[in-house]
Amino acid sequence: MTIQTPNGFTLDNSGKRVVVDPVTRIEGHLRVEVNLDGDNVIRNAVSTGTMWRGIEVILKGRDPRDAWAFTERICGVCTGTHALTSVRAVEDALAIKIPENANSIRNLMQLTLQAHDHLVHFYHLHALDWVDVVSALKADPKATSALAQSISPWPLSSPGYFKDIQGRLTRFVESGQLGPFKNGYWGNPAYKLPPEANLMAVAHYLEALDFQKEIVKIHTIYGGKNPHPNWLVGGVPCAINVDGVGAVGAVNMERLNYVSSIIDQTNDFINQVYIPDLMAIASFYKDWLYGGGLSSKCVMSYGDIPEHANDYSEKSLKLPRGAIINGNLSEVLPIDLRNPDEIQEFVVHSWYKYPDETKGLHPWDGVTEPNFVLGPNTKGTRTNIEQLDEAAKYSFIKAPRWKGNAMEVGPLARWVIGYAQGKPEFKEPVQKVLTDLGLPVTALFSTLGRTAARGLEAQWAGAQMRYFQDKLMANIKAGDSSTANVDKWRPETWPRETKGVGFTEAPRGALGHWIRIKDGKIDNYQAVVPTTWNGSPRDPKGNIGAFEASLMNTPMAVPDQPLEIIRTLHSFDPCLACSTHVMSPDGQEMAKVEVR
Amino acid sequence: MTIREADRPPAPSGSAARTLVLGIGNILWADEGFGVRAVEAFDRRFAAPVGVTVLDGGTQGLYLVQHVTETDALLVFDAIDYGLEPGTLKLIEGDEVPKFTGAKKMSLHQTGFQEVLSAADLLGKYPARIALIGCQPLDLENWGGPLTDPVRAQIEPSLALAREVLRNWGVELVERAAGEVRPGLLGDGLDIQGYERVAPDSAAGKGGT
Repeated sequence: MTIQTPNGFTLDNSGKRVVVDPVTRIEGHLRVEVNLDGDNVIRNAVSTGTMWRGIEVILKGRDPRDAWAFTERICGVCTGTHALTSVRAVEDALAIKIPENANSIRNLMQLTLQAHDHLVHFYHLHALDWVDVVSALKADPKATSALAQSISPWPLSSPGYFKDIQGRLTRFVESGQLGPFKNGYWGNPAYKLPPEANLMAVAHYLEALDFQKEIVKIHTIYGGKNPHPNWLVGGVPCAINVDGVGAVGAVNMERLNYVSSIIDQTNDFINQVYIPDLMAIASFYKDWLYGGGLSSKCVMSYGDIPEHANDYSEKSLKLPRGAIINGNLSEVLPIDLRNPDEIQEFVVHSWYKYPDETKGLHPWDGVTEPNFVLGPNTKGTRTNIEQLDEAAKYSFIKAPRWKGNAMEVGPLARWVIGYAQGKPEFKEPVQKVLTDLGLPVTALFSTLGRTAARGLEAQWAGAQMRYFQDKLMANIKAGDSSTANVDKWRPETWPRETKGVGFTEAPRGALGHWIRIKDGKIDNYQAVVPTTWNGSPRDPKGNIGAFEASLMNTPMAVPDQPLEIIRTLHSFDPCLACSTHVMSPDGQEMAKVEVR
Repeated sequence: MTIREADRPPAPSGSAARTLVLGIGNILWADEGFGVRAVEAFDRRFAAPVGVTVLDGGTQGLYLVQHVTETDALLVFDAIDYGLEPGTLKLIEGDEVPKFTGAKKMSLHQTGFQEVLSAADLLGKYPARIALIGCQPLDLENWGGPLTDPVRAQIEPSLALAREVLRNWGVELVERAAGEVRPGLLGDGLDIQGYERVAPDSAAGKGGT
């Protein structure tokens, strides 16, 4: 059957069905089903999160000042960004103003997360979709050295270095213990890099794994510990005492200088390793411009990284804020997270129950009542679904929409919006990448574009870390060491009933928490996470979400090796632990692929 | 449960040996929180001697790699699925702790933590000694729910087992003084008493499947 979606896709589910379950190397559990035509091109895509969650179930009746700690536990990757979003929601509800230093430190925490998450995503979650590890065994170390030295001044680039890495890798592979490289489709014709580029990338995979630990030390210094750094409603739980020597708890000048040196190292690694690798890899995939998703049609960003404390207006936010719909890049529309008619979640294709499922609910009025029912065309049983019926309910992810539109969120959305706004700090790097690769601006709307935007954003985040660290140090030197405002700490000072919204740009996209507080306790709490936007099922009008859109019309080289599907889905950095929860009853690690 | 002397790798040299006691799991999913609750109880009971770090790893996955590469001896608490009776405690040591695919499933966060171990190995910084104290869960689907009784009952035995393992590694634990006032490993309402105080009833937290 052929269906035309309102958002411009032609779905045809008549061809053979390929089921990938789970999509590996992501946080959480994602299953996709696609229909292929006679030429193995994807003509219908169905993405589903298979376990439910509702943070309000856990938070109702709890102390709003503790909410951040609970939201930090939803997921192992997005911890800090949930915590920041949560404290902002509570501060919004209670009209709490935070000091400038707290704003700078929070920005540093969030930018550190961006830089760290993007780097780890590129090397440890996504690179292996482009890099054939086994091919690296065939590389000539001398030629690899020449390649590395031609693209970067990074010092670890001698023939001997690459020979050592190759030796380690050979021993690893020969022992039959591929370890982190086990879920690959090595040798698939969709891999395009020469052996030398593969070896260089594997070497940097290892270097990045070793280096990333330095970046998170910033979380330990400003957040008190890592994992699970501390946050505070009203500011940051981090005392500053510049004259302190070795004082426990307080951040002194030695600690501030240490953060500065980590920022410099981070920028060096991003600029001399990550970006050159990204460009080198991209140059071999210039004709693989699939996976655009909704990026050329509808994108949204809430914005983040306020220049000024307590000013969350578009003007103050350094990451862009706004929405583009129908591909009209000449107009970036304002968004309002409080307006009940803008952001709404629908459940007509989700395993939840609403009184009237033709209507969406704004998160302040959101409900999460599970309703696991399968459509008449489902194949298999309730506990062992062989094929989903996407005409009915088919996912535990809700379908959020902005003014009725399915939106893509994430680094590419942010950079498309920044580009459309003509902001030079976004437009110029994008143009440089396109010029260097010899690609038109339309190439941006692709899997490759999404991956490139993440790299540019890591670079941007590194530069902003330097900016806010300098700003913080200047403010401290000027005599301001205030980091928290506790005027409204006690619940007696709060209104009997109030509500608020907090937002951030998580590495993977727009994140919002909506809270209602009654008699000092949480009355309702809804989190709409980036993967809920991108991984959403269809809505009552039939619009498909970004994951499904991104798989459309992609040709597969080998249908039972879903490399192209995984490559595109990974480019979103999906986090299903947030949007749903994973249960893998059989603990199966390798993705199960079934062609029907 | 005993520790087989023959299987043990040589002791890390001298007093410089670093030991990490790590609990992993998601406290929001009932018995999946076993590892974190066990390490929380460990911290409440014992004062860590010099060189011993006690860490709540949550569900950090690959981000735990630096903690694993920067220790000589690693003791992990986690929920495991070995097809045992719910509430069964199992000690797994040395090479029996699987770091690679194809082995018996070690942990419910297998993909995550196995990847951490193999990444540490790839970096050439695998701990010289490793042991896992695992507990077979009863209920993993009660969102927001507490530990079940059979699993809760294993927290105390798991501490005794941890003490034995560490003693065999040359680490003597000292119990904290009764009534010692100090912040716990988890705070802000996430400590076991705070968390379970208002845990929703299991019917409200059950998934649809």
